[in-house]
Amino acid sequence: MTASVHSVAEVMAGPAGRRGWRERLARWRVPLSVLVLCLLPWVLPSQALAVNVLIYGLLAVGYNLLFGYTGMLSFGHAAFFGAGAYATGIGIGQFGLPWFAAIGYGMLAGGALAFVVGLLAIRTRGIYFSMVTLALAQLVYYTALQATSITGGENGLRGFTLARIDLFGWSIDFLDPVKKYYVLMVFAALALWFVSRILNSPFGAVIEAIRENETRARACGYDVERSKVMSFTLSGLVCALAGALFALHLAIVPLDILGIQTSGMIVMMTLLGGAGSFFGPFVGALAFLLMEDVVSLWTPHWQIVVGTVFILFVLFLPKGIWGTLLAWRAGR
Amino acid sequence: MSAPLLAVENIGRRFGGFVALEGVTAAFEPNKVTAIIGPNGAGKSTFFNLLSGVLAPSAGTIRFKQRDITGTPQHRFVHLGIARSYQITNIFPELSVHENVRVAAQAFRTRYDIWRARAAMSELDERADAALAAVGLLGRRTTTAKFLAHGQQRALEIAIALVAAPELLLLDEPTAGMGPEETRDMVALIEKLAADRTILLVEHKMKMILGLSDRILVLHHGRLIADGDPCHIQSDPEVRRVYLGQNDGYA
Ligand SMILES: Nc1ncnc2c1ncn2[C@@H]1O[C@H](COP(=O)(O)OP(=O)(O)OP(=O)(O)O)[C@@H](O)[C@H]1O
Ligand SMILES: [Mg+2]
Repeated sequence: MTASVHSVAEVMAGPAGRRGWRERLARWRVPLSVLVLCLLPWVLPSQALAVNVLIYGLLAVGYNLLFGYTGMLSFGHAAFFGAGAYATGIGIGQFGLPWFAAIGYGMLAGGALAFVVGLLAIRTRGIYFSMVTLALAQLVYYTALQATSITGGENGLRGFTLARIDLFGWSIDFLDPVKKYYVLMVFAALALWFVSRILNSPFGAVIEAIRENETRARACGYDVERSKVMSFTLSGLVCALAGALFALHLAIVPLDILGIQTSGMIVMMTLLGGAGSFFGPFVGALAFLLMEDVVSLWTPHWQIVVGTVFILFVLFLPKGIWGTLLAWRAGR
Repeated sequence: MSAPLLAVENIGRRFGGFVALEGVTAAFEPNKVTAIIGPNGAGKSTFFNLLSGVLAPSAGTIRFKQRDITGTPQHRFVHLGIARSYQITNIFPELSVHENVRVAAQAFRTRYDIWRARAAMSELDERADAALAAVGLLGRRTTTAKFLAHGQQRALEIAIALVAAPELLLLDEPTAGMGPEETRDMVALIEKLAADRTILLVEHKMKMILGLSDRILVLHHGRLIADGDPCHIQSDPEVRRVYLGQNDGYA
């Protein structure tokens, strides 16, 4: 309320330097991510780990759009990951779709499912919202379990192995893990670019406003319910793409993918890396899978160790690995 | 009397069996300041919640610029030209002061665009900064809102409302929790805003109300018990009995 003593020009410049590196990081976040993804197979202990980081990282990025940026804690995102995977496998194996059309089909299925689940779940808030998403995801799980003739039930979905894929007249050996990784990476990179655009868009400001203060966002003239459904659907769409890549990678879809453990793991990865930051989910997926990889070498009970680390993070470093690094760098 | 900007007819609101507001009828001319007073729990905030769409009335109609807007969803109100501040400060605490107002300005340009870069929409920055300048917060534009002093947060909330260029501004106890100095600044701001805007104001500070308002409405137990200019209200025996007579330090 005191009269302004700053000139507009001085004010517009802002505190130089401190914000500078953050803005540069934000501007280059997509090329940087792609660069890291390109190097991943060569710096990680195994190719298999690299492709898992790619897929689960993308999954967590999609989830983060809803959880980290819109502030809605869903416990049912396994449903969209799984729907993407199942629909892609079914598209190839049962409808005879070409592989790239099957990816589109998988995204469509996962996105449509997310739209419906979102529409139902956003009527509630807080813990009730989480429970509704969980219940609806369980419904999807049991449907897949029962519809044996389509999904393969408990045995999972099989019979859609791709040996080669054709792209613009090129024929790529899809059994070669390195070639497969880079094909899948192209899709992940496109999705990262898409998510980055959403976050930089006017809609990105709207969901952050809803996360910060829902009543104020509504008073500012935003249709909060509609925006939430939209965010939920976009998030489901990205997770469905991760599912499609998962199906192409494994050439089978295990029923577990739709299970409650998958939903829990998505939340854990996102929190571990840092919800509400662009790189956080990838860092979280990397940390989670690396821990699993290393710890499971000397004990089959690796989940106890990973779970303990997760709890320590939630208690003492709630911003996650990446969020803590950012805060520490900004505080200096 | 010129055509009223806002007219309410017999509006009321119940919560279960409890009647929070009942049978309120009033019309508000443009460019006037009207104060709503009444003891705690009289229904003042409920009245504002009905006028801003936060709650739907259980009875009666609300007309804004001759149009029946009863039952309009809350998020439409600001687009109609009705903006408000809340009794308890209601801002985006983790966003910067500038971002708080900018996102409010953006609602009038685009709401669902996921493709264009919002940073390129520089006219939103200009609108936000103009609103911040109007409340004297331009110098704090990069500060995270939660770090502002209480009075500045209240001013920020008014800037958020102002960026909508509302014809009707509802202020629910804008000086709540403020010391004398902050209150003086706020009164000066409201006087400035009143020049070309219709303002409805809930307040407890009587001196401030008498100086600011063209008209006073008195609510008591959810009913409108008096409506008139400040001198008339001051001498109304009923009002003196239920409100001023309490001698609770406000009068
Ligand atoms: N959402 C609600 N549910 C139930 N009761 C409510 C609700 N909102 C308000 N009330 C009740 O309605 C009555 C009027 O409340 P209101 O907030 O309008 O009072 P007020 O005049 O603004 O009081 P104050 O001066 O304390 O702000 C109170 O008794 C309150 O408890
Ligand atoms: Mg009140």
